[in-house]
Amino acid sequence: MTEPAYRLELRGITKRYPGIVANDDIALAVRPGEIHAVLGENGAGKSTLMKIIYGAVEADAGEILWNGAPVTIGNPAAARRLGIGMVYQHFSLFESVSVVENIAVATAGKFDLPSLSARVTELSERYGLPVDPNRLLHHLSVGERQRVEIIRCLLQDPKLLILDEPTSVLTPQAVRRLFEVLRKLAAEGCSILYISHKLDEIRELCDSATILRGGRVSGTANPKQTSAAELARLMVGAALPDIHRDPVPLAPQARLEAICLSAKSDDPFGTDLDCVSLAVHGGEIFGIAGVSGNGQAELLSLLSGERSAEADMVQLDGRPVGDLPVAKRRMRGLAFVPEERLGRGAVPAMSLADNALLTAHAAGMVRHGLIDRQKVIGFAGAVIEKFGVKCTGPASTARSLSGGNLQKFIIGREISLGPHVLIVWQPTWGVDVAASAFIRQALIDLSRQGAAVLVISEELEELFQICDRIAVIYQGRLSPGKPRAATNVEEIGLLMAGVGPAFRPAA
Amino acid sequence: MYRIVLEPRPAPLPFMRIGAPVIALVLTIVFSSFLFLALGLNPLTTLRIFFIDPLSTLNGVSEWLLKASPLILIGLGITIGIRANVWNIGAEGMFTMGAILAGWLAITFGGGNHAWLLPAMIVAGALGGMAWAAIPAFLKVKTNANEILVTLMLNYVAALILSYLVNGPMQDPEGMNYPQTAPFDPSALFPPLFEGMRINASILITAVAVVLAWLLLDRSFPGFQMSVGGAAPAAARYAGFKQSRSIWIGLLVSGATAGLAGMMEAAGPLGQLTPVLSPGYGFTAIIVAFVGRLTPLGVVFGGLLLSLLYLGGEAVQMTLSVPASATRTFQGMLLFFLLAADVLILYRVRIRRRG
Repeated sequence: MTEPAYRLELRGITKRYPGIVANDDIALAVRPGEIHAVLGENGAGKSTLMKIIYGAVEADAGEILWNGAPVTIGNPAAARRLGIGMVYQHFSLFESVSVVENIAVATAGKFDLPSLSARVTELSERYGLPVDPNRLLHHLSVGERQRVEIIRCLLQDPKLLILDEPTSVLTPQAVRRLFEVLRKLAAEGCSILYISHKLDEIRELCDSATILRGGRVSGTANPKQTSAAELARLMVGAALPDIHRDPVPLAPQARLEAICLSAKSDDPFGTDLDCVSLAVHGGEIFGIAGVSGNGQAELLSLLSGERSAEADMVQLDGRPVGDLPVAKRRMRGLAFVPEERLGRGAVPAMSLADNALLTAHAAGMVRHGLIDRQKVIGFAGAVIEKFGVKCTGPASTARSLSGGNLQKFIIGREISLGPHVLIVWQPTWGVDVAASAFIRQALIDLSRQGAAVLVISEELEELFQICDRIAVIYQGRLSPGKPRAATNVEEIGLLMAGVGPAFRPAA
Repeated sequence: MYRIVLEPRPAPLPFMRIGAPVIALVLTIVFSSFLFLALGLNPLTTLRIFFIDPLSTLNGVSEWLLKASPLILIGLGITIGIRANVWNIGAEGMFTMGAILAGWLAITFGGGNHAWLLPAMIVAGALGGMAWAAIPAFLKVKTNANEILVTLMLNYVAALILSYLVNGPMQDPEGMNYPQTAPFDPSALFPPLFEGMRINASILITAVAVVLAWLLLDRSFPGFQMSVGGAAPAAARYAGFKQSRSIWIGLLVSGATAGLAGMMEAAGPLGQLTPVLSPGYGFTAIIVAFVGRLTPLGVVFGGLLLSLLYLGGEAVQMTLSVPASATRTFQGMLLFFLLAADVLILYRVRIRRRG
């Protein structure tokens, strides 16, 4: 028998959900050893398609061919038996047990933790995905969790590996290492389906691309020979708006300051903050880069007021607020967009109107303890309209929105409060390109109106696009902020890996 | 091969909010007919005795409301607690403590024919329940003790305190050594609303409580903060809402309603304290809260339904001499279908061929 032309071939895959057609007559073919990009905005149907391949969702119509033979993939276990591995964007890990136990439950065979630990350590070293097999999962940051997911797949020696937005939490150097890993896997004959909307990465890594828009295939391309603009046009259906950024003179007074902010982490595996100082002035966007788990969570909880510090360590408009709770800091003009949208930035089961009330209640929405519904709905409606949130109206539940739309709503809500200081964590994580461009422009516009904006992100591309100054957090320490023009991706990348004078151990 | 799958609906189906209880009722009637036939009963007659006969007289309606009133009142408190993610299984004990505190006032000041006595007893009833609820609230806020266990165990403590009091310090000296207090003075009892019926003015308290609970849950900001704390604790912390306040409100309000219900029972149909004050209202009210889908208006319907099931069950047992277990099976069937049909609001059932 000769080697079949395609490792995986999809023909006419269609999946309807009540109200929408998620996949409409999708065709896709991946050769052995090919790195194949699946490009598309959120809601284009990428995730549904991958779930169909992985057996998590059943197609209504269409055919799947594996090595040339038609197959039915009834569930993920069947997919794994065929040799399909998947790294989801939203991780499927158990919070309360260790890394190695998480891997063991998804691995066929004997439950032998010590030898599995050894293999995890070996793989994590080989591929540059450092993770301690014995740590409890709930202590891990988003980035570290993703490493666990990747290692879990690699352990199964897959023939086809599906990766959903895998690089969003990695340093540029680690992205390069991951690409090496993927190229090596491909050279060994493993096919890779690489889901992303980062055009540069796809053009660097992938051999071919299938572009989805609105549930249909809008084109196929060789990404190495197609311009980023052309790929974006296939993906979005229109050219992307340019980001406008006018230079504005900095206000002399810092609006948000941290002065040698030190704190032990609440979490035994967290990162202690070691004398973090920063000053963000009105009119600028200050960016903090860094691999997740280097103290971002601790820094943000201290700046937002979810944890308190000594009064002088955090200052808003020159006044000490380090010991004030969240509500009082908000009253002084602080607004905050957290990393987790569902469950922290918004209550999943509540309507957008109620989610507006969550942080905007002080804007005249409550009188004598009673809620003024008209005002709440008016505010939510205004945010929806102004920020182009796609939904059925203020009564839609937060969980019914796509990630990008919910993020537009949350950021819109916080910006509409007219904050003096806005802190945004991962503004566009998992958000599609069009929404990302919109959000970035909104942040720039806010800063140009005189607010101080602090952005913590793991996407360097984003930081370089919008920030006026960039610093790096590494193991609880912060490097001095550098003007964007005076630094580059290479330097920031090295700092993210802990290389630089700022991170030399104190003598 | 076929299999049945539940698929989430993109949005809850409004029609099913009404449709689900109707489907549940139809299913109950169909399945209970088999049950009654198996027992040698005429299903139509039995259902008539269960649902219609108890309400065919004015006195029947009075009894229906008399039993529904405490169920609704306690159910409101439990609903408010659950919205704050506080599970109060101890309404029975709070009921008892409210009755004890109010009963102590009634016995101590009953002879003086004071106009303030009944209002003071109302306050005492609420305070008694709140004091009992403050124990789990304090332990939960300070030590993160599980409120389900604490409230549950405090039920037994309250029952033993009551038993001690009616056998000792509060026993009726002229009561032939029966374990009960002296009958309350008329100034310590709710006036009847209608001559010759047991329904009394206390039902107005329940009516007011329904409105207040609706205001708190649907219209007030503290109620909203509480619901956020219950639904997404991280979002509550993010917005700066105090979690401990939600726990205190959730438990104190449910304590107050249960204590009030206890006071209403003691100063109403019972007219004294006896070793057992409640026919399980504190537990039944949990079912009332869920049947009512954790909304104040729903709780009113839930309370009326459960009260009718009590009365209908008794009527069927007496008229047709059916064992109590048969009527309980019927009650269970109705509740089961009612809660199961709720799934239809959020999910749709699809039958698929297995490939």
